[in-house]
Amino acid sequence: MLEVGDIHISYGGIQALKGISFRVKAGQIVTLIGANGAGKSSILKTICGLVKAQKGSIRFEGREIKGLAPHWVTRCGITLAPEGRRVFANLSISENLTLGAYFRRDREGIEEDMEWIFFTFPRLKERLYQQAGTLSGGEQQMLALGRALMGRPRLLMLDEPSLGLSPRLVSEVFAVMRQIHERGTTILLVEQNANAALRLAHHAYVLETGRIVLEGSGEELLADPGVQEAYLGKITLM
Amino acid sequence: MDLSLFLQQLLNGISLGSLYALIAIGYTMVYGIIRLINFAHGDILMVSTYFAYFGISVYALPWWLSVVMAILLTALLGILIDLGAYRPVRHAPRISALITAIGVSFLLENLGLVVFGGRPKAFYRPDFLDKTYELGGVRVFSLSIWVPLVTALLLALVFLLLYRTRVGAAMRAVAKDMEMVQLMGIDVNRVISLTFAVGSALAAAGGIMWAMKYPQINPLMGIIPGLKAFVAAVIGGIGNIHGAVLGGLLLGITEILLVAFLPSLAGYRDAFAFILLILILLFRPTGLAGKDTIG
Ligand SMILES: Nc1ncnc2c1ncn2[C@@H]1O[C@H](COP(=O)(O)OP(=O)(O)OP(=O)(O)O)[C@@H](O)[C@H]1O
Ligand SMILES: [Mg+2]
Repeated sequence: MLEVGDIHISYGGIQALKGISFRVKAGQIVTLIGANGAGKSSILKTICGLVKAQKGSIRFEGREIKGLAPHWVTRCGITLAPEGRRVFANLSISENLTLGAYFRRDREGIEEDMEWIFFTFPRLKERLYQQAGTLSGGEQQMLALGRALMGRPRLLMLDEPSLGLSPRLVSEVFAVMRQIHERGTTILLVEQNANAALRLAHHAYVLETGRIVLEGSGEELLADPGVQEAYLGKITLM
Repeated sequence: MDLSLFLQQLLNGISLGSLYALIAIGYTMVYGIIRLINFAHGDILMVSTYFAYFGISVYALPWWLSVVMAILLTALLGILIDLGAYRPVRHAPRISALITAIGVSFLLENLGLVVFGGRPKAFYRPDFLDKTYELGGVRVFSLSIWVPLVTALLLALVFLLLYRTRVGAAMRAVAKDMEMVQLMGIDVNRVISLTFAVGSALAAAGGIMWAMKYPQINPLMGIIPGLKAFVAAVIGGIGNIHGAVLGGLLLGITEILLVAFLPSLAGYRDAFAFILLILILLFRPTGLAGKDTIG
Protein backbone atom coordinates (compact mmCIF):
# COMPACT_ATOMS: atom_id res chain seq x y z
CA MET A 1 0.00 0.00 0.00
CA LEU A 2 2.74 2.43 0.99
CA GLU A 3 6.27 2.06 -0.28
CA VAL A 4 8.89 4.47 0.89
CA GLY A 5 12.12 4.21 -1.06
CA ASP A 6 15.42 5.73 -0.01
CA ILE A 7 14.14 9.09 1.19
CA HIS A 8 16.59 11.71 2.36
CA ILE A 9 15.72 14.94 4.09
CA SER A 10 17.72 17.59 5.85
CA TYR A 11 16.87 20.53 8.02
CA GLY A 12 19.08 23.48 7.18
CA GLY A 13 22.00 21.32 6.06
CA ILE A 14 21.69 18.73 8.80
CA GLN A 15 20.70 15.34 7.44
CA ALA A 16 17.80 14.01 9.44
CA LEU A 17 16.84 11.05 7.24
CA LYS A 18 19.62 9.28 5.45
CA GLY A 19 17.99 6.88 3.08
CA ILE A 20 14.85 5.45 4.61
CA SER A 21 13.08 2.57 2.90
CA PHE A 22 10.17 0.62 4.25
CA ARG A 23 6.72 -0.54 3.31
CA VAL A 24 3.32 -0.78 4.83
CA LYS A 25 1.06 -3.52 3.55
CA ALA A 26 -2.66 -2.92 3.35
CA GLY A 27 -4.47 -4.13 6.43
CA GLN A 28 -1.43 -4.07 8.66
CA ILE A 29 -0.38 -2.13 11.68
CA VAL A 30 3.21 -1.06 11.20
CA THR A 31 5.21 0.73 13.82
CA LEU A 32 8.37 2.79 13.78
CA ILE A 33 10.34 2.87 16.99
CA GLY A 34 13.50 4.69 17.88
CA ALA A 35 15.06 7.04 20.38
CA ASN A 36 14.23 10.76 20.60
CA GLY A 37 15.48 12.54 17.55
CA ALA A 38 15.89 9.38 15.50
CA GLY A 39 13.66 10.84 12.80
CA LYS A 40 10.33 9.12 13.35
CA SER A 41 8.22 12.24 13.13
CA SER A 42 10.27 13.40 10.17
CA ILE A 43 9.31 10.27 8.26
CA LEU A 44 5.61 10.84 8.84
CA LYS A 45 5.91 14.52 7.93
CA THR A 46 7.72 13.64 4.75
CA ILE A 47 5.07 11.14 3.73
CA CYS A 48 2.27 13.63 4.20
CA GLY A 49 4.12 16.38 2.35
CA LEU A 50 4.87 18.76 5.20
CA VAL A 51 8.58 18.20 4.74
CA LYS A 52 10.04 17.92 1.26
CA ALA A 53 12.20 14.88 0.53
CA GLN A 54 15.34 15.72 -1.40
CA LYS A 55 15.64 12.27 -2.79
CA GLY A 56 13.73 9.05 -2.93
CA SER A 57 10.19 8.02 -3.69
CA ILE A 58 6.98 7.64 -1.80
CA ARG A 59 4.39 5.49 -3.50
CA PHE A 60 0.88 5.09 -2.15
CA GLU A 61 -1.41 2.53 -3.78
CA GLY A 62 0.95 2.48 -6.71
CA ARG A 63 0.98 6.22 -7.19
CA GLU A 64 3.93 8.52 -6.58
CA ILE A 65 2.89 11.05 -3.96
CA LYS A 66 6.24 12.63 -3.24
CA GLY A 67 6.03 16.37 -3.79
CA LEU A 68 2.26 16.59 -3.43
CA ALA A 69 0.97 19.39 -1.22
CA PRO A 70 -0.18 18.12 2.19
CA HIS A 71 -3.85 18.63 1.48
CA TRP A 72 -3.57 16.47 -1.64
CA VAL A 73 -1.85 13.69 0.24
CA THR A 74 -4.73 13.70 2.71
CA ARG A 75 -7.20 13.58 -0.15
CA CYS A 76 -5.34 10.60 -1.55
CA GLY A 77 -6.24 8.67 1.59
CA ILE A 78 -3.41 9.23 4.07
CA THR A 79 -4.13 11.17 7.23
CA LEU A 80 -1.55 12.13 9.81
CA ALA A 81 -2.57 12.74 13.39
CA PRO A 82 0.55 14.62 14.42
CA GLU A 83 2.43 14.69 17.67
CA GLY A 84 0.81 16.75 20.40
CA ARG A 85 -2.86 16.29 19.37
CA ARG A 86 -3.21 19.79 17.99
CA VAL A 87 -6.96 19.99 18.22
CA PHE A 88 -8.36 23.39 17.29
CA ALA A 89 -8.83 24.65 20.81
CA ASN A 90 -10.94 27.63 19.74
CA LEU A 91 -13.40 25.47 17.81
CA SER A 92 -16.13 23.27 19.15
CA ILE A 93 -15.75 19.52 19.12
CA SER A 94 -18.36 19.33 16.42
CA GLU A 95 -16.43 21.82 14.29
CA ASN A 96 -13.18 19.95 14.81
CA LEU A 97 -14.81 16.78 13.53
CA THR A 98 -16.48 18.57 10.64
CA LEU A 99 -13.16 19.97 9.49
CA GLY A 100 -11.79 16.46 9.45
CA ALA A 101 -14.33 15.61 6.76
CA TYR A 102 -14.07 18.96 4.99
CA PHE A 103 -12.97 17.64 1.64
CA ARG A 104 -15.44 14.77 1.48
CA ARG A 105 -18.66 14.93 -0.44
CA ASP A 106 -20.27 11.64 0.62
CA ARG A 107 -22.78 12.84 3.16
CA GLU A 108 -23.86 9.39 4.20
CA GLY A 109 -20.32 8.19 4.70
CA ILE A 110 -19.56 11.23 6.81
CA GLU A 111 -22.58 10.58 8.96
CA GLU A 112 -21.65 6.94 9.34
CA ASP A 113 -18.15 7.88 10.48
CA MET A 114 -19.51 10.47 12.86
CA GLU A 115 -21.76 7.79 14.40
CA TRP A 116 -18.84 5.42 14.76
CA ILE A 117 -16.79 8.10 16.47
CA PHE A 118 -19.61 8.95 18.88
CA PHE A 119 -20.04 5.28 19.63
CA THR A 120 -16.33 4.81 20.24
CA PHE A 121 -15.80 8.10 22.10
CA PRO A 122 -19.07 8.81 23.91
CA ARG A 123 -17.41 11.66 25.79
CA LEU A 124 -17.10 13.61 22.57
CA LYS A 125 -20.78 13.29 21.86
CA GLU A 126 -21.64 14.64 25.30
CA ARG A 127 -19.50 17.69 24.72
CA LEU A 128 -20.25 18.33 21.08
CA TYR A 129 -20.67 22.09 21.31
CA GLN A 130 -18.01 22.71 23.89
CA GLN A 131 -14.73 24.29 22.86
CA ALA A 132 -12.09 21.67 22.26
CA GLY A 133 -9.65 23.58 24.45
CA THR A 134 -11.74 22.73 27.48
CA LEU A 135 -11.28 18.99 27.04
CA SER A 136 -8.85 17.02 29.17
CA GLY A 137 -5.65 15.75 27.59
CA GLY A 138 -7.09 12.30 27.09
CA GLU A 139 -10.29 13.62 25.57
CA GLN A 140 -8.27 15.84 23.25
CA GLN A 141 -6.36 12.80 22.08
CA MET A 142 -9.63 11.03 21.36
CA LEU A 143 -10.81 14.08 19.45
CA ALA A 144 -7.57 14.16 17.47
CA LEU A 145 -8.11 10.51 16.56
CA GLY A 146 -11.74 11.11 15.71
CA ARG A 147 -10.92 14.13 13.60
CA ALA A 148 -8.31 12.18 11.66
CA LEU A 149 -10.81 9.36 11.07
CA MET A 150 -13.37 11.81 9.72
CA GLY A 151 -11.26 12.00 6.59
CA ARG A 152 -11.83 8.24 6.23
CA PRO A 153 -8.16 7.55 5.52
CA ARG A 154 -7.10 4.21 4.15
CA LEU A 155 -3.76 4.77 5.84
CA LEU A 156 -3.81 6.44 9.24
CA MET A 157 -0.48 7.70 10.53
CA LEU A 158 -0.32 8.32 14.25
CA ASP A 159 2.56 10.17 15.88
CA GLU A 160 2.83 9.29 19.56
CA PRO A 161 -0.88 9.12 20.29
CA SER A 162 -0.30 8.00 23.87
CA LEU A 163 2.18 10.72 24.78
CA GLY A 164 1.55 12.27 28.18
CA LEU A 165 -1.46 10.12 29.04
CA SER A 166 -2.06 8.19 32.21
CA PRO A 167 -1.52 4.40 31.99
CA ARG A 168 -5.24 3.78 31.90
CA LEU A 169 -5.69 6.18 29.01
CA VAL A 170 -2.69 4.73 27.21
CA SER A 171 -4.32 1.33 27.15
CA GLU A 172 -7.55 2.96 26.04
CA VAL A 173 -5.74 4.57 23.11
CA PHE A 174 -4.23 1.22 22.17
CA ALA A 175 -7.61 -0.43 22.37
CA VAL A 176 -9.03 2.22 20.08
CA MET A 177 -6.21 1.71 17.60
CA ARG A 178 -7.09 -1.95 17.50
CA GLN A 179 -10.72 -1.08 16.79
CA ILE A 180 -9.73 1.33 14.06
CA HIS A 181 -7.66 -1.39 12.49
CA GLU A 182 -10.47 -3.90 12.74
CA ARG A 183 -12.64 -1.47 10.87
CA GLY A 184 -10.28 -1.85 7.95
CA THR A 185 -7.88 1.04 8.33
CA THR A 186 -4.19 0.45 7.84
CA ILE A 187 -2.08 2.10 10.54
CA LEU A 188 1.44 3.44 10.61
CA LEU A 189 2.26 4.12 14.22
CA VAL A 190 5.10 5.99 15.89
CA GLU A 191 5.28 5.35 19.60
CA GLN A 192 7.49 6.00 22.60
CA ASN A 193 5.78 3.12 24.26
CA ALA A 194 7.71 0.54 22.25
CA ASN A 195 6.48 -2.36 24.29
CA ALA A 196 2.81 -1.77 23.61
CA ALA A 197 3.48 -0.71 20.02
CA LEU A 198 5.40 -3.87 19.20
CA ARG A 199 2.69 -6.00 20.72
CA LEU A 200 0.08 -4.31 18.60
CA ALA A 201 2.04 -4.19 15.34
CA HIS A 202 2.29 -6.79 12.63
CA HIS A 203 5.53 -5.36 11.45
CA ALA A 204 8.04 -2.95 12.96
CA TYR A 205 11.07 -0.93 11.99
CA VAL A 206 13.75 0.33 14.34
CA LEU A 207 15.22 3.70 13.57
CA GLU A 208 18.55 5.11 14.67
CA THR A 209 19.71 8.61 13.72
CA GLY A 210 17.96 8.74 10.39
CA ARG A 211 18.50 5.12 9.35
CA ILE A 212 16.49 1.96 9.67
CA VAL A 213 18.69 -0.50 11.51
CA LEU A 214 16.34 -3.38 12.15
CA GLU A 215 13.02 -4.70 11.02
CA GLY A 216 10.84 -7.63 11.78
CA SER A 217 7.47 -8.71 13.06
CA GLY A 218 6.35 -7.27 16.36
CA GLU A 219 7.10 -10.49 18.20
CA GLU A 220 10.54 -10.82 16.68
CA LEU A 221 11.56 -7.38 17.81
CA LEU A 222 10.02 -7.87 21.24
CA ALA A 223 12.29 -10.86 21.62
CA ASP A 224 15.38 -9.16 20.23
CA PRO A 225 17.95 -8.54 22.99
CA GLY A 226 19.22 -5.33 21.41
CA VAL A 227 15.72 -3.94 21.15
CA GLN A 228 14.93 -5.05 24.67
CA GLU A 229 17.92 -3.22 26.00
CA ALA A 230 17.54 -0.05 23.98
CA TYR A 231 13.79 0.45 23.87
CA LEU A 232 12.07 -1.81 26.31
CA GLY A 233 14.10 -0.84 29.33
CA LYS A 234 15.28 -4.37 29.96
CA ILE A 235 18.89 -4.65 30.96
CA THR A 236 20.64 -7.67 29.56
CA LEU A 237 23.34 -8.89 31.86
CA MET A 238 26.69 -9.45 30.27
CA MET B 1 -23.86 69.61 28.55
CA ASP B 2 -26.88 69.63 26.32
CA LEU B 3 -28.37 66.15 26.17
CA SER B 4 -29.79 66.40 22.69
CA LEU B 5 -26.51 67.67 21.36
CA PHE B 6 -24.76 64.84 23.11
CA LEU B 7 -27.08 62.25 21.60
CA GLN B 8 -26.62 63.76 18.20
CA GLN B 9 -22.85 63.60 18.49
CA LEU B 10 -23.02 60.13 19.96
CA LEU B 11 -24.90 58.99 16.88
CA ASN B 12 -22.27 60.61 14.68
CA GLY B 13 -19.61 58.84 16.70
CA ILE B 14 -21.33 55.49 16.32
CA SER B 15 -21.63 56.12 12.62
CA LEU B 16 -17.96 56.95 12.20
CA GLY B 17 -17.01 54.13 14.55
CA SER B 18 -19.02 51.68 12.45
CA LEU B 19 -16.95 52.58 9.45
CA TYR B 20 -13.74 52.10 11.39
CA ALA B 21 -15.07 48.78 12.60
CA LEU B 22 -15.94 47.56 9.12
CA ILE B 23 -12.51 48.46 7.83
CA ALA B 24 -10.75 47.17 10.93
CA ILE B 25 -12.25 43.71 10.46
CA GLY B 26 -10.32 43.33 7.23
CA TYR B 27 -7.06 44.08 8.98
CA THR B 28 -7.82 41.80 11.83
CA MET B 29 -9.04 38.83 9.78
CA VAL B 30 -5.98 38.88 7.58
CA TYR B 31 -3.68 39.35 10.54
CA GLY B 32 -5.46 36.64 12.49
CA ILE B 33 -5.00 34.16 9.69
CA ILE B 34 -1.61 34.88 8.18
CA ARG B 35 -0.05 37.30 10.67
CA LEU B 36 0.26 39.99 8.05
CA ILE B 37 -0.57 43.66 8.54
CA ASN B 38 -2.07 44.40 5.17
CA PHE B 39 -0.94 47.98 4.80
CA ALA B 40 -2.65 48.15 1.43
CA HIS B 41 -6.05 47.71 3.07
CA GLY B 42 -6.84 51.44 3.05
CA ASP B 43 -5.82 51.68 -0.56
CA ILE B 44 -8.03 48.75 -1.49
CA LEU B 45 -10.80 50.80 0.07
CA MET B 46 -9.83 53.73 -2.12
CA VAL B 47 -9.96 51.63 -5.27
CA SER B 48 -13.41 50.39 -4.30
CA THR B 49 -14.74 53.94 -4.22
CA TYR B 50 -13.42 54.47 -7.74
CA PHE B 51 -15.12 51.27 -8.88
CA ALA B 52 -18.37 52.67 -7.53
CA TYR B 53 -17.63 56.10 -8.97
CA PHE B 54 -17.10 54.66 -12.44
CA GLY B 55 -20.32 52.71 -12.23
CA ILE B 56 -22.41 55.65 -11.08
CA SER B 57 -20.85 58.66 -12.71
CA VAL B 58 -19.17 57.29 -15.81
CA TYR B 59 -21.32 54.36 -16.89
CA ALA B 60 -24.48 55.86 -15.38
CA LEU B 61 -25.55 52.60 -13.78
CA PRO B 62 -28.04 52.65 -10.92
CA TRP B 63 -26.13 53.56 -7.76
CA TRP B 64 -27.04 50.41 -5.85
CA LEU B 65 -25.91 48.23 -8.73
CA SER B 66 -22.64 50.14 -8.92
CA VAL B 67 -22.13 49.67 -5.22
CA VAL B 68 -22.76 45.94 -5.37
CA MET B 69 -20.45 45.59 -8.34
CA ALA B 70 -17.78 47.70 -6.68
CA ILE B 71 -17.91 45.49 -3.59
CA LEU B 72 -17.58 42.33 -5.68
CA LEU B 73 -14.76 43.77 -7.77
CA THR B 74 -12.95 44.84 -4.62
CA ALA B 75 -13.28 41.35 -3.20
CA LEU B 76 -11.68 40.11 -6.39
CA LEU B 77 -8.96 42.73 -6.09
CA GLY B 78 -8.21 41.52 -2.58
CA ILE B 79 -7.88 37.95 -3.85
CA LEU B 80 -5.60 39.05 -6.68
CA ILE B 81 -3.37 41.07 -4.38
CA ASP B 82 -2.97 38.08 -2.11
CA LEU B 83 -2.28 35.85 -5.07
CA GLY B 84 0.18 38.13 -6.79
CA ALA B 85 1.91 39.84 -3.89
CA TYR B 86 1.51 37.97 -0.63
CA ARG B 87 1.37 34.32 -1.59
CA PRO B 88 4.88 34.35 -3.08
CA VAL B 89 6.29 35.56 0.25
CA ARG B 90 4.03 33.44 2.44
CA HIS B 91 6.89 31.41 3.84
CA ALA B 92 9.46 34.19 3.79
CA PRO B 93 10.29 36.03 7.01
CA ARG B 94 7.44 38.19 8.20
CA ILE B 95 9.30 41.40 7.52
CA SER B 96 9.36 40.55 3.80
CA ALA B 97 5.60 40.26 3.76
CA LEU B 98 5.29 43.54 5.64
CA ILE B 99 7.50 45.35 3.16
CA THR B 100 5.52 43.77 0.33
CA ALA B 101 2.34 45.14 1.87
CA ILE B 102 3.80 48.63 2.05
CA GLY B 103 4.87 48.22 -1.56
CA VAL B 104 1.37 47.23 -2.63
CA SER B 105 0.04 50.26 -0.79
CA PHE B 106 2.36 52.63 -2.67
CA LEU B 107 1.59 50.85 -5.90
CA LEU B 108 -2.17 51.31 -5.52
CA GLU B 109 -1.84 54.94 -4.47
CA ASN B 110 0.43 55.88 -7.33
CA LEU B 111 -1.42 53.79 -9.84
CA GLY B 112 -4.51 55.62 -8.63
CA LEU B 113 -2.83 58.97 -9.27
CA VAL B 114 -1.87 57.89 -12.76
CA VAL B 115 -5.10 56.21 -13.74
CA PHE B 116 -7.71 58.28 -11.92
CA GLY B 117 -5.79 61.56 -11.67
CA GLY B 118 -5.03 63.48 -8.52
CA ARG B 119 -8.01 65.80 -8.65
CA PRO B 120 -10.73 64.85 -6.17
CA LYS B 121 -13.95 63.62 -7.71
CA ALA B 122 -17.38 64.30 -6.34
CA PHE B 123 -19.03 61.15 -5.04
CA TYR B 124 -22.69 60.44 -5.44
CA ARG B 125 -24.90 60.40 -2.39
CA PRO B 126 -28.39 58.94 -2.83
CA ASP B 127 -31.19 61.28 -1.76
CA PHE B 128 -32.40 59.20 1.12
CA LEU B 129 -28.98 59.48 2.73
CA ASP B 130 -29.01 63.23 2.36
CA LYS B 131 -31.89 64.02 4.69
CA THR B 132 -31.89 65.53 8.12
CA TYR B 133 -34.58 64.57 10.60
CA GLU B 134 -35.57 66.28 13.77
CA LEU B 135 -36.46 63.84 16.53
CA GLY B 136 -37.37 65.42 19.83
CA GLY B 137 -34.86 68.19 19.45
CA VAL B 138 -32.13 65.88 18.19
CA ARG B 139 -31.07 66.60 14.65
CA VAL B 140 -30.26 63.42 12.85
CA PHE B 141 -28.56 63.07 9.54
CA SER B 142 -30.05 60.07 7.74
CA LEU B 143 -26.61 58.79 6.68
CA SER B 144 -25.62 58.57 10.33
CA ILE B 145 -28.47 56.15 10.89
CA TRP B 146 -27.99 54.08 7.79
CA VAL B 147 -24.28 53.57 8.26
CA PRO B 148 -24.60 51.77 11.62
CA LEU B 149 -27.56 49.78 10.29
CA VAL B 150 -25.69 48.58 7.23
CA THR B 151 -22.66 47.90 9.37
CA ALA B 152 -24.69 45.84 11.80
CA LEU B 153 -26.11 43.83 8.93
CA LEU B 154 -22.68 43.19 7.43
CA LEU B 155 -21.24 42.28 10.81
CA ALA B 156 -24.04 39.80 11.31
CA LEU B 157 -23.19 38.25 7.95
CA VAL B 158 -19.51 38.03 8.86
CA PHE B 159 -20.29 36.38 12.15
CA LEU B 160 -22.64 33.95 10.43
CA LEU B 161 -19.90 33.11 7.98
CA LEU B 162 -17.30 32.64 10.69
CA TYR B 163 -19.37 30.78 13.24
CA ARG B 164 -22.05 29.00 11.24
CA THR B 165 -20.32 27.71 8.14
CA ARG B 166 -17.69 25.10 7.50
CA VAL B 167 -15.42 27.49 5.71
CA GLY B 168 -15.76 29.89 8.64
CA ALA B 169 -14.63 27.15 10.97
CA ALA B 170 -11.74 26.51 8.60
CA MET B 171 -10.79 30.19 8.77
CA ARG B 172 -10.74 30.13 12.55
CA ALA B 173 -8.76 26.92 12.45
CA VAL B 174 -6.19 28.38 10.04
CA ALA B 175 -5.76 31.24 12.48
CA LYS B 176 -4.77 28.73 15.15
CA ASP B 177 -2.79 26.12 13.27
CA MET B 178 -2.37 26.39 9.53
CA GLU B 179 -0.34 23.22 9.18
CA MET B 180 -2.97 21.16 10.94
CA VAL B 181 -5.65 22.51 8.61
CA GLN B 182 -3.64 21.31 5.62
CA LEU B 183 -3.44 17.88 7.20
CA MET B 184 -7.24 17.81 7.18
CA GLY B 185 -7.13 17.90 3.39
CA ILE B 186 -8.11 21.56 3.26
CA ASP B 187 -6.51 23.85 0.71
CA VAL B 188 -5.32 26.62 2.99
CA ASN B 189 -4.69 29.00 0.11
CA ARG B 190 -8.36 28.93 -0.74
CA VAL B 191 -9.30 29.75 2.82
CA ILE B 192 -6.85 32.64 2.77
CA SER B 193 -8.23 33.88 -0.56
CA LEU B 194 -11.69 33.93 0.89
CA THR B 195 -10.42 35.84 3.90
CA PHE B 196 -8.97 38.50 1.63
CA ALA B 197 -12.19 38.59 -0.35
CA VAL B 198 -14.32 39.11 2.74
CA GLY B 199 -11.95 41.65 4.28
CA SER B 200 -11.74 43.61 1.06
CA ALA B 201 -15.49 43.50 0.50
CA LEU B 202 -16.02 44.95 3.98
CA ALA B 203 -13.42 47.63 3.27
CA ALA B 204 -15.31 48.42 0.08
CA ALA B 205 -18.59 48.74 1.93
CA GLY B 206 -16.91 50.91 4.53
CA GLY B 207 -15.08 52.96 1.91
CA ILE B 208 -18.15 53.61 -0.18
CA MET B 209 -20.11 54.75 2.86
CA TRP B 210 -17.11 56.87 3.81
CA ALA B 211 -17.16 58.43 0.35
CA MET B 212 -20.88 59.15 0.68
CA LYS B 213 -20.25 60.75 4.04
CA TYR B 214 -17.45 63.03 2.87
CA PRO B 215 -18.65 63.07 -0.65
CA GLN B 216 -15.50 63.23 -2.64
CA ILE B 217 -12.75 60.79 -3.44
CA ASN B 218 -9.09 60.94 -4.39
CA PRO B 219 -6.32 58.37 -4.75
CA LEU B 220 -4.88 59.10 -1.31
CA MET B 221 -8.20 59.05 0.52
CA GLY B 222 -7.62 55.51 1.83
CA ILE B 223 -4.70 56.49 4.00
CA ILE B 224 -6.56 58.09 6.89
CA PRO B 225 -9.43 55.59 7.21
CA GLY B 226 -6.91 52.82 6.71
CA LEU B 227 -4.68 54.12 9.45
CA LYS B 228 -7.54 54.81 11.85
CA ALA B 229 -9.02 51.40 11.27
CA PHE B 230 -5.62 49.87 11.87
CA VAL B 231 -5.44 51.75 15.16
CA ALA B 232 -8.94 50.51 15.96
CA ALA B 233 -7.90 46.93 15.23
CA VAL B 234 -4.86 47.23 17.47
CA ILE B 235 -6.84 48.91 20.23
CA GLY B 236 -9.32 46.06 20.16
CA GLY B 237 -6.57 43.45 19.99
CA ILE B 238 -5.40 42.64 16.49
CA GLY B 239 -6.54 39.28 15.28
CA ASN B 240 -9.71 39.50 17.32
CA ILE B 241 -12.89 40.28 15.40
CA HIS B 242 -14.94 41.35 18.39
CA GLY B 243 -12.02 43.54 19.34
CA ALA B 244 -12.02 45.21 15.93
CA VAL B 245 -15.68 46.13 16.33
CA LEU B 246 -15.11 47.35 19.86
CA GLY B 247 -11.99 49.31 18.92
CA GLY B 248 -13.68 50.88 15.91
CA LEU B 249 -16.69 52.07 17.87
CA LEU B 250 -14.56 53.31 20.75
CA LEU B 251 -12.28 55.24 18.45
CA GLY B 252 -15.12 56.74 16.42
CA ILE B 253 -17.18 57.78 19.40
CA THR B 254 -14.34 59.30 21.42
CA GLU B 255 -13.00 61.09 18.38
CA ILE B 256 -16.34 62.71 17.56
CA LEU B 257 -17.08 63.61 21.16
CA LEU B 258 -13.64 65.14 21.48
CA VAL B 259 -14.17 67.30 18.45
CA ALA B 260 -17.69 68.25 19.50
CA PHE B 261 -17.06 69.13 23.10
CA LEU B 262 -13.47 70.28 23.06
CA PRO B 263 -13.50 72.17 19.78
CA SER B 264 -10.17 73.77 20.58
CA LEU B 265 -8.60 70.34 20.26
CA ALA B 266 -10.40 69.51 17.02
CA GLY B 267 -7.24 69.97 15.00
CA TYR B 268 -5.68 67.10 16.91
CA ARG B 269 -8.35 64.57 16.07
CA ASP B 270 -6.02 62.35 14.09
CA ALA B 271 -3.29 62.63 16.69
CA PHE B 272 -5.90 61.73 19.24
CA ALA B 273 -6.37 58.29 17.72
CA PHE B 274 -2.73 57.56 18.34
CA ILE B 275 -2.77 58.95 21.87
CA LEU B 276 -5.66 56.63 22.61
CA LEU B 277 -3.72 53.80 21.03
CA ILE B 278 -0.64 54.47 23.11
CA LEU B 279 -2.64 54.77 26.32
CA ILE B 280 -4.51 51.55 25.75
CA LEU B 281 -1.40 49.65 24.77
CA LEU B 282 0.37 50.92 27.87
CA PHE B 283 -2.26 49.39 30.08
CA ARG B 284 -3.35 46.49 27.92
CA PRO B 285 -0.53 45.55 25.57
CA THR B 286 -2.66 43.00 23.76
CA GLY B 287 -5.56 45.38 23.20
CA LEU B 288 -8.93 45.58 24.87
CA ALA B 289 -10.31 42.22 23.84
CA GLY B 290 -6.99 40.41 24.03
CA LYS B 291 -4.79 39.18 21.27
CA ASP B 292 -6.72 36.07 20.56
CA THR B 293 -7.07 34.87 17.02
CA ILE B 294 -10.24 35.35 15.08
CA GLY B 295 -11.81 32.49 17.02
N1 LIG C 1 11.96 21.70 11.95
C1 LIG C 1 13.18 21.23 12.25
N2 LIG C 1 14.27 22.01 12.10
C2 LIG C 1 15.51 21.54 12.38
N3 LIG C 1 15.75 20.31 12.83
C3 LIG C 1 14.71 19.48 13.02
C4 LIG C 1 13.38 19.90 12.74
N4 LIG C 1 12.55 18.88 13.01
C5 LIG C 1 13.33 17.86 13.43
N5 LIG C 1 14.63 18.23 13.44
C6 LIG C 1 15.76 17.36 13.81
O1 LIG C 1 15.69 16.19 13.04
C7 LIG C 1 15.96 15.05 13.83
C8 LIG C 1 14.81 14.09 13.80
O2 LIG C 1 13.69 14.68 14.42
P1 LIG C 1 12.29 13.97 14.58
O3 LIG C 1 11.35 14.96 15.16
O4 LIG C 1 11.93 13.36 13.30
O5 LIG C 1 12.64 12.85 15.64
P2 LIG C 1 11.68 11.85 16.40
O6 LIG C 1 12.22 10.52 16.18
O7 LIG C 1 10.27 12.09 16.05
O8 LIG C 1 11.93 12.28 17.89
P3 LIG C 1 10.91 12.31 19.16
O9 LIG C 1 10.86 10.93 19.67
O10 LIG C 1 11.60 13.22 20.11
O11 LIG C 1 9.60 12.83 18.68
C9 LIG C 1 16.29 15.58 15.21
O12 LIG C 1 17.68 15.66 15.33
C10 LIG C 1 15.66 16.93 15.25
O13 LIG C 1 16.41 17.80 16.08
MG1 LIG D 1 8.61 12.80 17.07
